[in-house]
Amino acid sequence: MTESSLINIAVTILFLPILGFIVTLLLGKKVKKIYYFENIILFFSLAGAGILAYTKLSLFHDTAITAEFTWINLGNTPLLGEIKINLGIMIDNIAALMILVVMLVSFLVHIFSIEYMRGDPRYNRYFAYLGLFTFSMAGIVLTHNILMMYMFWELVGVSSYLLIGFWFEKKSAADAGKKAFIVNRIGDVGMFIGILMLFTTYHTFTFDEIFAQISNGVLPFNSGFWMTVTGLLIFAGAIGKSAQFPLHVWLPDAMEGPTPVSALIHAATMVAAGVYLVIRVFGIMTSDALVVIATIGALSAFIPATIALTQNDIKKVLAYSTISQLGYMIMALGVGAFQFAFFHLITHAFFKAGLFLGSGSVITSMHHEQDIRQMGGLRKKMPITYYTMLIYSLAISGIPLTSGFLSKDGILAGSYAFGLLTGNSFFAIVGFFVALLTAFYMFRLMILTFHGEPRNKEKYEHAKESKLVMTLPLAVLAILSIFIWYTPNPFNPEQGWLLSKGINTHEQYIPDNTRFDFLTPAKEPVIQNEESASVMYSESYEEAIQESHIPTMLLSLLMAGLGILIAFVFYQWKKINVDKLVDRFNPLYKFSLNKWYFDELYDATAVKGTIGLSSFLGKFDSKIIDGIVNGVATFTRGFSSFIGKFDNIVIDGIVNFTAYLSGFIGLIFRRFQTGKVQTYLVFVLISVVILLFIFNSF
Amino acid sequence: MHSVPYLSLITFLPILGMIIVLALPKTQGRAIKSLTLLITGIQVIIAIILLINYDYSLGGIFEQSSFQFVEKWRWIDIDGFSWLGKIKVDYFLGIDGISTPLLLLTAIVTFIATLSSWNINKSIKGYFALFLLLDTGMMGVFVALDFFLFYIFWELMLLPMYFLIGVWGGPRREYAAIKFFLYTLLGSVFILIVMIGLYFSTQETLADGTRVFTFNILAMMDTNNFTPNGILSPLNPNNLRFIAYIALFAGFAIKIPMFPFHTWLPDAHVEAPTPISVILAGVLLKMGTYGILRISYPVFPEITKQLIWYIALFGMINIIYGALCAMAQRDFKKMIAYSSVSHMGYVLLGMASMNTLGISGAVLQMFNHGTITAMLFLIVGVLYDRTHTRDMDAFGGIAVQMPVYTGVVTVAFFAAIGLPSLSGFISEAFVFLGAFAVDLIRVLTVISISGILLGAAYMLWALQRVYLGKLNEKWASLKDLTFREYAMFIPLALIIIFLGVYPSPMLDLMNSSVNSMVKFMADAQVIYSSFGGF
Repeated sequence: MTESSLINIAVTILFLPILGFIVTLLLGKKVKKIYYFENIILFFSLAGAGILAYTKLSLFHDTAITAEFTWINLGNTPLLGEIKINLGIMIDNIAALMILVVMLVSFLVHIFSIEYMRGDPRYNRYFAYLGLFTFSMAGIVLTHNILMMYMFWELVGVSSYLLIGFWFEKKSAADAGKKAFIVNRIGDVGMFIGILMLFTTYHTFTFDEIFAQISNGVLPFNSGFWMTVTGLLIFAGAIGKSAQFPLHVWLPDAMEGPTPVSALIHAATMVAAGVYLVIRVFGIMTSDALVVIATIGALSAFIPATIALTQNDIKKVLAYSTISQLGYMIMALGVGAFQFAFFHLITHAFFKAGLFLGSGSVITSMHHEQDIRQMGGLRKKMPITYYTMLIYSLAISGIPLTSGFLSKDGILAGSYAFGLLTGNSFFAIVGFFVALLTAFYMFRLMILTFHGEPRNKEKYEHAKESKLVMTLPLAVLAILSIFIWYTPNPFNPEQGWLLSKGINTHEQYIPDNTRFDFLTPAKEPVIQNEESASVMYSESYEEAIQESHIPTMLLSLLMAGLGILIAFVFYQWKKINVDKLVDRFNPLYKFSLNKWYFDELYDATAVKGTIGLSSFLGKFDSKIIDGIVNGVATFTRGFSSFIGKFDNIVIDGIVNFTAYLSGFIGLIFRRFQTGKVQTYLVFVLISVVILLFIFNSF
Repeated sequence: MHSVPYLSLITFLPILGMIIVLALPKTQGRAIKSLTLLITGIQVIIAIILLINYDYSLGGIFEQSSFQFVEKWRWIDIDGFSWLGKIKVDYFLGIDGISTPLLLLTAIVTFIATLSSWNINKSIKGYFALFLLLDTGMMGVFVALDFFLFYIFWELMLLPMYFLIGVWGGPRREYAAIKFFLYTLLGSVFILIVMIGLYFSTQETLADGTRVFTFNILAMMDTNNFTPNGILSPLNPNNLRFIAYIALFAGFAIKIPMFPFHTWLPDAHVEAPTPISVILAGVLLKMGTYGILRISYPVFPEITKQLIWYIALFGMINIIYGALCAMAQRDFKKMIAYSSVSHMGYVLLGMASMNTLGISGAVLQMFNHGTITAMLFLIVGVLYDRTHTRDMDAFGGIAVQMPVYTGVVTVAFFAAIGLPSLSGFISEAFVFLGAFAVDLIRVLTVISISGILLGAAYMLWALQRVYLGKLNEKWASLKDLTFREYAMFIPLALIIIFLGVYPSPMLDLMNSSVNSMVKFMADAQVIYSSFGGF
């Protein structure tokens, strides 16, 4: 297999889903079973992605394969020089793995949806939208430049908008779609400005070319500060898409969409695109930028975890949990634990998609009940759903033998090592504490849903296990949440193929010569000793991660165990009365239940402010600006009527007066016209004398 | 050169049509409509022929030799008229990369507007006669290279537009029509004064060596043609070029419309019948920005360069102010009208950049806005035809009843939002890329980018209020698109998608001219600096 055939495969799996979208959308009304077309297409995309990932990792392990074409060529322009915009595809190990994850989850969600969405009046359209989403997501993954990434980024936003608002008759669903799109756009504005900065500085959108120029010391406005700003502006896009603090508010509302959509878009793939973006542009992030990124990640891991503690809607708990886990990944990127961020992205994609699909299975069998207070005891009714969800819960809590344990442990080790080297242990502390919260809220959810006595007898009676098309994807995802797929040693992922062959460290993705002092701490020499003048930070960082591996593992296990234990004490064995506890800490409980009042805050400031400003300007426009125009018109009319009157009275008056005067004079002079020749002669004589007299005097 | 006078043909074909329409009996409504459709269809074909034979390497802008399909002959020739000397006006037509996209746009939009005029039933004969006259005016503006001729076409549009709004419009049509007429007439007066000033400052050398005053726009760009004492001649130390520039700019700005001269637009749109709104927003607004590019920029390059910050500032105000005003509207059509104000701001911003990216973006944005906004007004028209209301809060859930129509709406709305893969994105991105590259206006550009957020907000809000949510029972009997309506929407939607995915054909078409313009403007500093001036 050659490189060009890999490119062909990549292009095929990119464009198959858009074909599915177009055909399914156009024929949706005429052909009832057209959704099969979309499903078959997805199967081929998945097969292609499998071949692509396998070939890339085994045969072309060390090289990134790229192919590009000139999309827009303005040639040599007078002021800006050569302007050429290339679009293209890059397949490196990360992209190959990511495309496989996207296609796999997408395929499983397609299968699950066949049953879940059955009977919906817009059944075919739903599958068409899934096709559009898969296309856009594949575009993000496979692109080799930031412009194309932005374009697919927006397309993903639209498919998310369409799918969240799929049941648009419900006002809340339509609202949620709109909110998701607009909040995402806030981040995208930042990202777009960042792209402008990059293009203005480097005259290209292609990642590799940008990195190469950075390594030659070309910086925006020739300053490291502006490099930091550029990196953070690009990161703003990730804040939006990955629902990071402070733009996280759209994701919980996005749960208005069909549950398989939540699994695919709002848990496994699209929201992870932000993490993927930061991985792609890691080379432009300076150390200052990375600290900000880590801080945003830590806050996004912590805040939603505290909110998830008290939520009663099964999907809302999972939504906040998603934000929190994405926060972990972003934090990992910020502290330099690059490979574990991507590792966690993959493991999280499987177990979180599983959790959402599992909750979808529960919701269907409970006749669209989402409140966990109405559930309980479902373990006996839905054993497959229960046991698969148990595996996912163990994975997300970081219990050994699961995939989540491996990746989360890596992130915690990374932040621990960051603390060791820099003395900043904030990220490690947050990381461990959130591990405790995660284990607690997940097992609170599991116990309330599946254990104990049914709290709503009627709904419980009707509940039954879902059909095979729904449980099969659950099983597949559960199997993928076991350690064995990633490493033979359940306690150390470093030996597994994924880390050793698939991801490696950041060295692979950043050219060696980008080691500027302003760049990431990962490239700064920190340890000076006799043997080597400078040991690179990245090397010492790797060592520190190795060192912190054991303490981290013990501590994180303790935290997870403690969280699960508390959940059992509270909800299973009921040793502590939760209601009393709630009463005791009522303000805190309220604060968590009301999601830290973020929605209220934004509503009172940004939303009300913009709408207020717009209605003020609307009035200003019609009253003042247009008022002036109409005022000028009124004035002109008034003035003209004044002129009219003036004309009528004064000008015409003068004319009339003149006429009157001549009449009057005529009246006098008429007397002289006597008709007698003698009299006239006398007048002539007198006139001549007078004239002679006058002329003589000169 | 080409022996067929394509430009005269495309310009005056509608006049021929008008004469036939006037000759037809009143009762032949269908024949009149079909004839108009035929005429506008032929115009589209001619535009395509022009595109096929267009030489992409020629720049145009300031030299006659690189204009294409040129037709030039003496039109008015009066000898020995006391101190005026000889009056010679040329019939001078030609196109370059700036005017060709707009010529194409005019042909397409007029054709679509004819389809949309099908349900006009009030004095059909008068309507289509005026419609065709308007068509000639619009085409003429984009092909004329003689200022006098340009001005005649410019004025020629006004009168039919006045009657089309004033007779076939909504309840407040007379107010809107007179406001439109007087406001644009005010702009015309400014243009007229500057035109006369330029005429008496520019002399052209005839074949026999005599020098005569000229209205030739291209001659006005060459400093060798200026008279030493002309009132608008840069050679005259006491020239009034700065004031003239402002006046000319204001004349064109009213048409764009640029804040604060924009308030005629919402009224005109709300009252105008749908096809006239389509033409008004799709073509007429572009004449303002086209005039600035064709005349203000290359005739006054030294002043333009002093004022780019202000041009960008007004662009920014248009973008943000227009978007916020759009958000405040309840009237669907008024909302779309204000969105035009916002989108024309991108054109101004792109023009202010004075580099290839920005000006390409501006011209492309003119074309794209023409197609997108035509679609938006048609969308409002479809709904108004069925419901006779434009109050957005009176709708809700239309998507349930009219799914195909809502699909079309989604494409148009997302194109207006600037979604990648639809044409609006490319032009906006180019405008921003170009403007951001200029130090002087970078801050204004960054502020303007918030327009893409506000745009998404008001568009999606409107989408939700009208189309999403529970179906308002009042509209439970609405029918989805008819065949004629498909015929209006599909060509526009295809153009929007095509240029979004593959914008190169359009960019290549304008590239030589844009580069030639940029170079001309950049070099102008050298030529003009020796004259001092302001």
